[in-house]
Amino acid sequence: MAEDHKKNGKVIVQAVHEAVKRYGTSKDELIPILNEVNRKVGYLPGEALEEISRQMKVPKSQLFSVATFYHMLSTKPRGRHVIQFCESAPCHVAGGREVWNALREELNIQNGETTPDGKWTLITTSCLGVCGVGPVIVIDNDVFGNVTPDQLREILARYK
Amino acid sequence: MKAYRSMVLVSSDAKSMQSGAQEVYQRLQEEIRAFKLEDEISLSMVGDIGRHDAVPLVIVYPEAVIYGPVKPEDVHYLVEEHLYKGRIATCFQAPVKELSGRIAWLSARKDTLPAEQKIVTGRAGIVDPTSIEDYIVHDGYQALGKALSSMTPAEVIEEIEKSGLRGRGGAGFPTGTKWRFVAKASGKKKYVVCNADESEPGTFKDRLILEGDPFNILEAMTIAAYAIGASEGYIYVRGEYGLAQERLLNAIHEAERMGMLGKNIFGSDFSFHLHVHSGAGAYICGEETALLESIEGKRGEPRARPPYPTTNGLWNQPTLVNNVETLANVPAILRNGAGWFSKFGTKSSPGTKVFTILGNVNVTGLIEVPMGITLREIIAIYGKGMKNGASFKLAQTGGSSGSIIPASLQDTPMDFDSYRNAGVSLGSGALLICDEDTCVVDLARVLVNFFRFESCGKCSPCRIGTQRAYDILTNISEGTALMRDIDDLKMLSENLTELSNCGLGQTAGTPVRDILNHFRAEVETHIRLKVCPTGVCPMSGRKV
Repeated sequence: MAEDHKKNGKVIVQAVHEAVKRYGTSKDELIPILNEVNRKVGYLPGEALEEISRQMKVPKSQLFSVATFYHMLSTKPRGRHVIQFCESAPCHVAGGREVWNALREELNIQNGETTPDGKWTLITTSCLGVCGVGPVIVIDNDVFGNVTPDQLREILARYK
Repeated sequence: MKAYRSMVLVSSDAKSMQSGAQEVYQRLQEEIRAFKLEDEISLSMVGDIGRHDAVPLVIVYPEAVIYGPVKPEDVHYLVEEHLYKGRIATCFQAPVKELSGRIAWLSARKDTLPAEQKIVTGRAGIVDPTSIEDYIVHDGYQALGKALSSMTPAEVIEEIEKSGLRGRGGAGFPTGTKWRFVAKASGKKKYVVCNADESEPGTFKDRLILEGDPFNILEAMTIAAYAIGASEGYIYVRGEYGLAQERLLNAIHEAERMGMLGKNIFGSDFSFHLHVHSGAGAYICGEETALLESIEGKRGEPRARPPYPTTNGLWNQPTLVNNVETLANVPAILRNGAGWFSKFGTKSSPGTKVFTILGNVNVTGLIEVPMGITLREIIAIYGKGMKNGASFKLAQTGGSSGSIIPASLQDTPMDFDSYRNAGVSLGSGALLICDEDTCVVDLARVLVNFFRFESCGKCSPCRIGTQRAYDILTNISEGTALMRDIDDLKMLSENLTELSNCGLGQTAGTPVRDILNHFRAEVETHIRLKVCPTGVCPMSGRKV
């Protein structure tokens, strides 16, 4: 377990190094760096924020405040797959509520929760800009439009 | 620049990609190669073509024949018939409503939709968004060339001012005036920032412009930089728009390669460097000062204004912040002159407006029309009427910060001033059309929930007000509210408008204000009779 943790720490530091190397240490690159580390590691663990703080010479408090502000960044571990459900008006009018209820029922979790097996995290999001095909759900980077409640099981089954 | 006999375009908007556009594209590549036509035919993926009913679409120019929906297995026949033998494969043509046979869709559209006028979206879907050569062939960089070679910065600003162009982000501030403010401001360094953090629910015009015609924005920003004396610029693209970011990065790279961006543009003394900055998921960053905070690597909390970004913007230097759609007008204005531009639209709001039509109409999608059109026209002509013959109850403009427009205002011309006089707002260009089965309480609840979710929490009127308004609306929708809650709602909405720090809070009360102004009886029915007239609200409190 301890070994595992150490290895994980190495991966995290590595991800930070790569991101800093790619974007540089100018302050305007802070959010792109956080974005990249979040994408690679899956979330922003304390070690990552510490390492970024060291490299960018930004106080940890500021990093934490930034990391908790933006929806795409997470300081808590997430499931292997993140489902974003659009809850804005255009999707709502197009039948979004039925999809939302079916989704929660299917996964048996509420907004912001992760399934016990660590597979799914369900979050609501504001408009994703694909309103022409609402209701919309996004799983990782895949967009599914015109979703109906009875399609959900089939869509979810595509993910391992 | 190579000359091709035919040009084949594949739509690549979200819905097309989902329906297998990528596979169709690959098959087209293979088949074109198999027929040894690769030197004669250019193939490219373009963004949203504006038509969603038959995706993925394949368009063949110069005939402008539209095929769709195209399946990968159709590609062989299509290439053989049309590209090899030169016959139109009629069996795969996209259905053209009201028009039969082999009439090209684009020209058909011209006939049936006379009012549509494309200044901003004209190139999207026609050019290859990854090729600077293609952009140049379609009048690209003419405006920048003209500005750099024959106009002084002051003349550029004057031309924009004369055109009467107003900001398309929602506020409608005169663009030329803004440019003049930044040009006059003193500072060590000046910046141009393009606000592409398009997050208004229902709005995806900026995504279409960025994905379909990225060079246009680059050219416009370079012109703006020349006019105000900036040497560096940022395009702030929302984090969810991966494809747009990719296309912009490629466009910047290409423009630098051709000497149209970077050092000594067109061999002149003028240099301009451009960065793409990705957001990380925060609606509030569409507010210009929050956006600047976010570029500086901070929480996206709006600053107190004044001072305005025109004098104290990015890194406290004078900064010009313009919306994507606003900038997209600039090259066309310089190319054709201010007089040409002011011929479109109305006197106080010249030019066109891009609208996204959504909701209970037969055809949803994106249109660009002159300012001053009415809602009735939009629903009848472009929306092809209400779905299932339902009647029009209300439209919600401009995403969540727009107004709820009741049917009684559907003949008001849609320009900044007419709408302001009618007490409603044009917003960012989304039009959510709702029929009589829509419950206003439910709609307002969803809209307010959006603000509750997206409020940055910096100032209390917005942080607490949106939560309270949401609670009350939830009570109304569950049948547990009291009549005095309506007075509370009214007060909350006024407080939000008057006391909030930024545009988000100031508009967060609009949906509540509008439903109380226009649909008060329906709200009262929820409370007095504990009945939702449309049957949408759960009214679960009734059983208690």
